[in-house]
Amino acid sequence: MSVGVFILVSVIKSLIVLVVLLTAVAYTVWLERKVVGHMQNRWGPTRVGPFGLLQPAADGLKFLFKEDLTPPHVYKPLFLAAPMMALIFALTSIAVIPFGNSITIGGTNIPLQITDLNIGLLLILGVTSLGVYGVALAGWSSNNKYSLLGGLRASAQMVSYEIALGLSLVGVLIQSGSFSLRTIVEAQGGRFWGFIPRWNIFHGQFIGFFIYLMAAYAETNRIPFDLPEAETELVAGYHTEYSAMKFAMFFMAEYANMITVACLATLLFFGGWNGPLFGPPILRALLPVFWFGAKIFCFLFLYIWVRGTLPRFRYDQLMSFGWKFLLPLAIANLVATAIAVAW
Amino acid sequence: MVPLSYYLVLSGFLFACGVAGFLIKRNIITIFMSIELMLNGVNLSFVAFAAHWHALSGQVFVFFVMVVAAAEAAVGLAIIIAVYRTRETLNVDQVNLLKL
Amino acid sequence: MSFHLVLFLAFGAVCVGGAVNLLAQRHPINSALSLIAVMAALAGEYLLLGAEFVAAVQVIVYAGAIMVLFVFVIMLLNAGEEEETKGSRVAVLLGVPGVLTGSVLIAWVVVRHSGTEAVAIGALPGHPTEIAQLLFHDFLLPFEVTSILILIAIMGAVVLASKPEATARKVD
Repeated sequence: MSVGVFILVSVIKSLIVLVVLLTAVAYTVWLERKVVGHMQNRWGPTRVGPFGLLQPAADGLKFLFKEDLTPPHVYKPLFLAAPMMALIFALTSIAVIPFGNSITIGGTNIPLQITDLNIGLLLILGVTSLGVYGVALAGWSSNNKYSLLGGLRASAQMVSYEIALGLSLVGVLIQSGSFSLRTIVEAQGGRFWGFIPRWNIFHGQFIGFFIYLMAAYAETNRIPFDLPEAETELVAGYHTEYSAMKFAMFFMAEYANMITVACLATLLFFGGWNGPLFGPPILRALLPVFWFGAKIFCFLFLYIWVRGTLPRFRYDQLMSFGWKFLLPLAIANLVATAIAVAW
Repeated sequence: MVPLSYYLVLSGFLFACGVAGFLIKRNIITIFMSIELMLNGVNLSFVAFAAHWHALSGQVFVFFVMVVAAAEAAVGLAIIIAVYRTRETLNVDQVNLLKL
Repeated sequence: MSFHLVLFLAFGAVCVGGAVNLLAQRHPINSALSLIAVMAALAGEYLLLGAEFVAAVQVIVYAGAIMVLFVFVIMLLNAGEEEETKGSRVAVLLGVPGVLTGSVLIAWVVVRHSGTEAVAIGALPGHPTEIAQLLFHDFLLPFEVTSILILIAIMGAVVLASKPEATARKVD
């Protein structure tokens, strides 16, 4: 397609994905409050709108109108820049996530992905590595001992679990032979023996999936690995001194990271948008997106379920788990996969 | 089409800034960062020449430079921490006696 | 003014600005952030030359791990702004003109000795498959040696940065 059409289509895709992602972030917060509430035998938000569905809108308005306080002795440039960095890096990785097969509108073939890079998976790993800066610089620039400790702990945790995360993905890469996310998903089409789908989790990456899941929970600073931001431990960790919109940016960044992790788990281990297709062509074009969304919803529910159930690790337990258990297991998984593929 | 010399001049300028930082700055951490800047300038040269001579080994060699830079950064920063513990300063002008 | 040249100049301006800012700033955290900007712009330059895998590794390893290490140490040691001493004034007086002369000399020699060879955008696509072929076949020995180098660096860093009482106890 011509350059002009390409730019127009890309801009429209980016806008749609951005709006959908930010709405998804807001409603993931709602989902978490409802699910954790029900697990704790209470209702969660019920007053604002039916089932509390307008609660995210109310929260957004609250964040906009709150007093944006900048404490006197902070290092101002980094204090202002750190939440922006956290949010920018959290939202960037969605650019290479494919949501479904290509659809054809008016003769042009539009793949449901903002861009399909040859090194798509590496971009996500790179952006995850850069996400450490938002946390570390927020903790340091706040000029507060709780923030500094929380920031240092959170960034050390994120850097440690990045290794296990990357290694757990290499097993999938060896089996699929490409870094491009679309190719990885397309390699998971079809079924074994007619009814077991050819998803990577059934195709030998079972342990890889669990390593990825645990490493991803630690990367996104969620329970059971959320010591750096636990209220009983370090006041609020690296976002102690932040209020109103800047805190909302950290909050959004955390949930956007959760959604990215869920998307990646679906694409790499659960077959992405592959699912039973039926019905007229318009339905066949939209069903993959629905299957993708359903799988992501399952992962987000799992995230929230784990949050409501498990206690948190102590910091030294957390670090020794990452370095002494997950890393050797990931290396063993990698070696086993390589041997199996080379055979 | 960008002439090859543009890439080499940019690489040379980064290297020169690294050397300047190494000589001018007094904070040991900034001196280390100037070393990293020099290594980055050299990496750009490698990749530019790889593109010019159509030899992929230039790009492969960049990995080795990065690995050496990472190892050197790790050990160097550990040394800085050890020096800071005993001398309580990060200014190289004050670390000029073998005895404390 | 082709698109390639515009992109090269844009990334190049960020590189140059970041490098000069590293020298001009007095607080090491600002220098660290300028260096991160230089590395990100260099990743863009590598993409212009077609080296996509190298660009990704530059961001993941250099900007995302090595510079995190630098930022950690700056935060841990609570590094403050540099003080101006007699030594630093002499260094600036002699150093800046000296390095400027050196870099102008290098640039002049480079421009005079290279002809009109131009590099196309994405000149040598560095796909991971071909790089892996080279890395694990022709460059296998350097690869293994660098892995041993990393192992030595890990051990060295752990020993050097550990608390003195712990090592003293081990010696006794």
